[in-house]
Amino acid sequence: METAAYMEKDDSLRRGLTAGLSIAFGYMPVAITFGLLAGSTGLTVFEAVLMSMVVFAGAAQYMALSMLAIGAGMVEIVLATFIVNFRHLLMSASIQERAEPSSKKFRALFGFFLTDEVFAVSSVKQPPISGSYILGVGLSAYSSWVGFTAAGFYTGALLPGVLQESMGIALYALFIALLVPSIKEEGRPVVVLALLGGGFHWLYQLFLDTGWAIMTATVTAVILYELFDVKRRKKR
Amino acid sequence: MNEAVVWMIIGMGIVTYIPRILPLLMLSTENWPSWLRRMLARVPYAVLGALIFPGIIFAYDAVWYGLLGGAAAFFIAYTGAPLIAVVAGTILLLTGINLIM
Repeated sequence: METAAYMEKDDSLRRGLTAGLSIAFGYMPVAITFGLLAGSTGLTVFEAVLMSMVVFAGAAQYMALSMLAIGAGMVEIVLATFIVNFRHLLMSASIQERAEPSSKKFRALFGFFLTDEVFAVSSVKQPPISGSYILGVGLSAYSSWVGFTAAGFYTGALLPGVLQESMGIALYALFIALLVPSIKEEGRPVVVLALLGGGFHWLYQLFLDTGWAIMTATVTAVILYELFDVKRRKKR
Repeated sequence: MNEAVVWMIIGMGIVTYIPRILPLLMLSTENWPSWLRRMLARVPYAVLGALIFPGIIFAYDAVWYGLLGGAAAFFIAYTGAPLIAVVAGTILLLTGINLIM
């Protein structure tokens, strides 16, 4: 019995690693560019790689570079990081609602890897979602992020320019690829939720920071959807 | 190596890690009302929408270029292709168009 449970766990880790390959692919140009910019901002390769290893958050790391470049204080940068990454609170809560029960230690481990992309890939799975699966997705994404930060630091032009440019679409292609199976399966609700999320993000990003715009757009979308849904069901 | 920068990185790491694990460790949603749990379950789709829009439109100087990539990804994904094939296929298509134009 115990062996069977163990093997199942083992398999979901492997499936997670495979699913994470698409993120690894998508992170490649973003991490290479980060490494390159970190070098030109004056960070050492040790500092650049350390940041990717410890923080593991694309938007915040880019923001830290631009703040360092204009001579912002370190406390300011840490505070801004907190504000930009606060949105993961919502994603962590959504995972917690749908994840398979596991020990606190294990949740503290896979929680470290919850970037937007790791959350997106993990959360479109049918619940209960295995923690090992999330860990697998996270490890694939993490290896790429850290590895290509170092690669980008030394050789910014690692990829031919044409390919590097068209790779900018990678993460968007990934997000769309994640939505499509759910659209095929559940139809209207998924389309409406995604359109609401995207529409409000469009609106909010005009006057809010990226992190907050995504979070408030998501909250607005799910609240509005719930209100419409309740109203619609009452009519019947 | 600049010691202040290392401390800044550690600080950034801590403030990023806390929101990522706090709900996982502290939240117990079993006794939450069903409407709230339903809303949490719908978060992924709203987040995906927000991650796609409006970013994909402003990803390139030419708006149509990102939209074309998005349409390509949609059709490849619709055939049931695995994630990695959707991503690779979209990149290849855009690279091809980039080379021709």
